[in-house]
Amino acid sequence: MTEMKRRTVIAGLGALAVTPVFAPAIAQKRYDDGASDTEIKIGNIMPYSGNASAYGVIGRTSEAVMKMVNDAGGLNGRKINFITYDDGYSPPKAVEMVRKLVEEDKVLLVFNPLGTPSNTAIQRYLNQRKVPQLFVATGASKWGNPRQFPWTMGWQPDYVTEGAIYAKHILSTKPDAKIGVLMQNDDYGKDYFNGFKQGLGAANERKIVQLSTYEVTDPTVDSQMIQLKNSGADVFFNITTPKFAAQAIKKAAEIAWKPVHYLNNVSSSFGSVLKPAGIENSQGIMVALYRKDANDPQWANSPDVVAWKAFMAKYMPNADMRDDGHNFGFSVAHTLLQTLKQAGNNLTRENVMKEAANLKGFESPLLLPGIKVNTSPTDFYPIQSVQLARVKGESFELFGDVLSNESTS
Amino acid sequence: MTAVTSTAPAAAEGSRNLTRTLLLGLLVLAAALPFLVGKSGFISNFTFLQLSLMIVYAIAVLGLNLLTGFNGQISLGHGAFFAVGAYTAAILIEQFGVNYWLTLPAAAVLCFVIGYLFGLPALRLEGHYLALATFGLAIAVPQMLKYKHLEPLTNGVMGINLLKPDAPFGLPLSGDQWMYLVVLVVAVGMFWMARNLLNSRPGRAMVAIRDHTLAAGTMGIDTARYKATVFGISALYVGIAGALHAIIFEFVSPDSFRFELSIAILVGAVVGGVASLPGAVIGGIFVQFIEKYADAMTKKLTQAIHLPLELQPWTLYGITLIVLIYVMPGGIAGGLAALWARLRRPSPGG
Repeated sequence: MTEMKRRTVIAGLGALAVTPVFAPAIAQKRYDDGASDTEIKIGNIMPYSGNASAYGVIGRTSEAVMKMVNDAGGLNGRKINFITYDDGYSPPKAVEMVRKLVEEDKVLLVFNPLGTPSNTAIQRYLNQRKVPQLFVATGASKWGNPRQFPWTMGWQPDYVTEGAIYAKHILSTKPDAKIGVLMQNDDYGKDYFNGFKQGLGAANERKIVQLSTYEVTDPTVDSQMIQLKNSGADVFFNITTPKFAAQAIKKAAEIAWKPVHYLNNVSSSFGSVLKPAGIENSQGIMVALYRKDANDPQWANSPDVVAWKAFMAKYMPNADMRDDGHNFGFSVAHTLLQTLKQAGNNLTRENVMKEAANLKGFESPLLLPGIKVNTSPTDFYPIQSVQLARVKGESFELFGDVLSNESTS
Repeated sequence: MTAVTSTAPAAAEGSRNLTRTLLLGLLVLAAALPFLVGKSGFISNFTFLQLSLMIVYAIAVLGLNLLTGFNGQISLGHGAFFAVGAYTAAILIEQFGVNYWLTLPAAAVLCFVIGYLFGLPALRLEGHYLALATFGLAIAVPQMLKYKHLEPLTNGVMGINLLKPDAPFGLPLSGDQWMYLVVLVVAVGMFWMARNLLNSRPGRAMVAIRDHTLAAGTMGIDTARYKATVFGISALYVGIAGALHAIIFEFVSPDSFRFELSIAILVGAVVGGVASLPGAVIGGIFVQFIEKYADAMTKKLTQAIHLPLELQPWTLYGITLIVLIYVMPGGIAGGLAALWARLRRPSPGG
């Protein structure tokens, strides 16, 4: 790709984010904290340190996307001020940092805070203050509850749905399975596990021969893996965050345990999981995807992948392209940009939330073909479809149909 | 105030009055702060929260000072009592709708009893054995909070969210400003009680046990009973700090009280000055601000001089600590006292 062409792509992408300057005169400009004629302040917390620090690249990517938008003239003529803090994947630190964002930095909204524990810790505070907790980076099923928490919204497909899809796949392909489960002991892990049990149905729950748990503060999951192997399980459902996912895959290979391996989507990254675990150890692992693997040759010509590559080359030149966090961050940041674009000059927290619940068939970049963002005042689950894939060589091979679960709880 | 610092020179009556006046003025100013800024936002609620946390840590450090500085026992497990106090408050408020004021005595009593009982057998242990036993406590308590059968009470690993109380009587204060006043008043009371305790007969007995256990025993002091009681009182202080922490921070989880907290309290005590009441305040400042500041400073430093290696947040903290211990073995309070003494009586030729 020539430099000239790349520039055009980026300019084009920037243009996407700019609406006509001739806003109708009737449009009243209205602002809450964090918004003005010249600026929109967005707050974010991420684990840049600690056991889940592999996710930190998501925050860095969102930051870079905002820089790209600013370089192209900003959003509706306003510069985006993206303030991001480290919470170390620790709930108490998340509470402190979010309070700082709201009370000292006075941000308009808190965007994409990562992790079920941290989001659980800050949810009540943000809803009490009526500050949007938008597009959280966790798929727990509880983020889509507008009646009780009207200021909180998820983004990715929820864990319950995903867990059920794996279970159904096991039942249809391996009816006599003996299943072992490794689970992070918190709400994120339990959510996946509950969905998985729902998918199996009560009659099949005894197929789970071993459930091993670990704490996110643990150094390794080695002993759990040995326990799972000794249980005689021949199917493995791996509910782990990146660091532990890589450990589990590696350990399984070390102890020569070769089950049919299902890995949860939150660890579907070549860069932070499969490569560190060893590509040869990862062959055949199945995972539910909702985004394209941007490094896969089959998508090389799709415009969103081309745009992503241009963005990465210019704004994150030293980054590991195989790390899925860059892909996730790019996509979710564009959903936020679309929401703010729709909000126009009415940048109140209430209106931002209203527009977040008014995304209709929005094709956020890098979503798989046929998967779109849809929300409504009663549907706070933006993405609700996935497709199964298996690790083949150095990429994911998709198979089967796009599976959907359009719930409106 | 400095009646029982180990390095206290016999200060003249005049200077003691001056100190007292200064202290009183400082307290009045601290108490007036929320009323002065009101809801102008000139000092953000977040800042008030940080000040409250600082005072809370000062109470916790004071509790450890009573044990270590004035009674000569080492504890690496005070984070556990902090957790018990915090969870007592959180569970009482959230599950049983108890008024937040009442959770403080509840936490105090519970922590005193646990501390006393833990103290009895543990006190047959000397020095480093006791340190290890208490360390075990610090490791065990967060795990117990995650225990399956306690989950209906503790909500397990996800913790408990609370709501901060509003200011009563229609005072023109935010919740954070009100709680800052509450914490300040409680802290002043706790410091006053500590001072009176140390100036009493039992207080002198405590120090005698620290200085020479055997001699204290021959003078008729029941050393085991004393040691266990001091352990209980120390746990009580830290428990009240924990309860206040839960109320002002509006959140507790097992993760909030990992063993690092025990270490932080110990470091605060040693850095402030382990046998000094003002040292506890300095310790509180250190725990709340220096640790976080060191984290940010490390980042800035790494970026500024383009270090080829990733400096971990704790690097600078560790270096600061080593330097402090070498320069001021008596803690910052001890160091300042020594400096003050030297300024008042310039040594010949110095």
